[in-house]
Amino acid sequence: MKVLCNGKAQEIAPGTRVADCLRELGLEASSVVVECDGKILTREEYESHELQDSSVLELIRFVGGG
Amino acid sequence: MFTIPEFPALQDAINRATEAEVLLALRSGSPGLNGLAALLSPAAEPHLSAMATRSAAITSQRFGRTIQMYAPVYLSSFCTNRCAYCGFSAGNAIDRRVLTFVEAESEAMILHQRGFNHLLLVSGEAPAKVGVDYLEELALRLRGRFAALSIEVQPLATEEYARLFRAGITSVAVYQETYDRDIYKQVHLAGRKADFDYRLETPARAAAAGMREVGIGALLGLADWRAEGIALGLHLAWLRKHYWRTGLTVSFPRMRPAQGEFKPLAPVSERNLSQMIFALRIFDPDVGLYLSTREKARYRDGMIGLGPTRYSAGSCTAPGGYGLADAGGEQFEVGDNRSLAEVSVAIQQKGFDPVRKDWDAVFQTKGDRQQAA
Amino acid sequence: MLTIAGRKFRSRLFGGTGKFSSPEVMKEALAASGCEMVTVALRRVDLNNPADDIMSVLDRDRYLFLPNTSGARDAGEAIRLARLARASGGGEWLKLEVTPDPRTLLPDPIETLKATEELVREGFKVLPYINADPILALRLQDAGAVAVMPLGSPIGTNQGVLTRFQIEIIIAQAQVPVIVDAGLGAPSHVAEAMEMGADAVLVNTAIAVAGDPVRMARAFAMAVEAGRIAYEAGLGSVSKDAAPSSPDDGLGFLR
Repeated sequence: MKVLCNGKAQEIAPGTRVADCLRELGLEASSVVVECDGKILTREEYESHELQDSSVLELIRFVGGG
Repeated sequence: MFTIPEFPALQDAINRATEAEVLLALRSGSPGLNGLAALLSPAAEPHLSAMATRSAAITSQRFGRTIQMYAPVYLSSFCTNRCAYCGFSAGNAIDRRVLTFVEAESEAMILHQRGFNHLLLVSGEAPAKVGVDYLEELALRLRGRFAALSIEVQPLATEEYARLFRAGITSVAVYQETYDRDIYKQVHLAGRKADFDYRLETPARAAAAGMREVGIGALLGLADWRAEGIALGLHLAWLRKHYWRTGLTVSFPRMRPAQGEFKPLAPVSERNLSQMIFALRIFDPDVGLYLSTREKARYRDGMIGLGPTRYSAGSCTAPGGYGLADAGGEQFEVGDNRSLAEVSVAIQQKGFDPVRKDWDAVFQTKGDRQQAA
Repeated sequence: MLTIAGRKFRSRLFGGTGKFSSPEVMKEALAASGCEMVTVALRRVDLNNPADDIMSVLDRDRYLFLPNTSGARDAGEAIRLARLARASGGGEWLKLEVTPDPRTLLPDPIETLKATEELVREGFKVLPYINADPILALRLQDAGAVAVMPLGSPIGTNQGVLTRFQIEIIIAQAQVPVIVDAGLGAPSHVAEAMEMGADAVLVNTAIAVAGDPVRMARAFAMAVEAGRIAYEAGLGSVSKDAAPSSPDDGLGFLR
């Protein structure tokens, strides 16, 4: 199935959870915030939240800014 | 809540001031409280003329060449307070009366015919005689005929002020009389007014209720006028910070002879009064400053343009004093008996315009009853 | 000491974290500036380079992160960014920026007020970036903003405190701290703002793009301190009038 991650289409296996997705990208869970289908997830939800077909995922973090 | 430092601390701040600080305050665009202390100090006395010049320049820049005219209507001489200095004090044997609505309206209309558009409704503090219901009804009767109605009555609750604002009263004057807690206790012998803090918090309640303007003041002659000046500055600054939508004014009622033979505890000369007015003007360029008919005609004429922005004229301080033949029992004797026309001529001769109204209450959107002008 | 929303700050210089040539230079420059609060932005993770987390070089115990809502064009976008910032561990602190005009990046006062009202309800400590409008500053204060951040001049222009007269009014009136932000291009600019009585300044570009950002950060820190001390010491003002005169000129009416 397909999800949209930071604007890019990605093929993922059914049953993939948010935490799996972050591990695959090599991202520390503590360094990002995840918004899935418009809803902000808490860190505790990363392990349990299962991605659906055509889910829209935004992975966001702090960057330099003034 | 606004609190006031003890008087000795204020007096210390004033006594420490040097001539150099006076000169600095005179040059500064915003002298602040330290500058105010210097301008009120004995060190500033040799510079009174320079203070007058600076005060006049600030006043003319901020207010233009105008003086606003107003007159008081005394509604009632009943009072439940016993104040050592006041002609209306509960213990004094004077003829007392409270005007009926018809009498009050007729007094107001006499002033209207004389050309006044701004009335100050004054009463002794006796809520059973002149309470919120009375003031509300009177305001509703008068609002269509006057540009602005102010009150100088007993302290009220915020909700009561809000009610009166909706009825057409747009400004409230309530004077602390003295910011010296000890003297306050000495002269306010009984009644609700004996509560220093309740009175001190009153201007904030009026501002919180949405009044367009709130007036504060000290009765000069009770305590050290220099320290009263700092206290007024502190109160002004606090009100400005907390109620930025509210215009502020200060009055300088200097003790006049009154029934009861109270002698001023700390006499204030014309020179002292002038220094205080100039100092507050330099401290706060935006504040409206009153100079009432308590003062002599010669002094009032001399002060035109130097700082004050509001003059009363033709004032009578007894209920019914404008129209009722049998009116007696004044709060105090006035020092300037000239009519509005005579004072206006004096103001014009100095190159100023006597203005009879400032704001039209008809523009106000927060009243429950819109009134045809 | 400067206190904002109950938190004390020894330094009155706040730093930005944008536009530095490398995370290492940023880290060293911020250390040299002595600042204790730094602004950070929120962006999507770069999926081509997901391990690139420049903020990881900063010690979160040493610097309070002040997430901004840069890029937001209206209140709705700003609120969304604010919620994400909080979820990212940014705490309740928020520099609210709403800049619909991409050319000038000037803030939208109406959307800023709307967003402030909502975010205060949600428990944020809101520090809105505003044009130097005194009435807007008071309206935001009344809405619950914990500080206001008026601009000295449009962001990135290095023009200094062009809004001086307006900022003087804001400083005189506001009950909340006033942090001058944007357009401060030289240490003399921040000294000027601090001499006027600003509670703090925020500097990013001028340090980040300096030839030697670390030395420039130190120069800004010194200028902030000098300006503050001058303000507290009481500056003499430019002489206006008060020419010497005899004590009673013009006061002959007094008795």
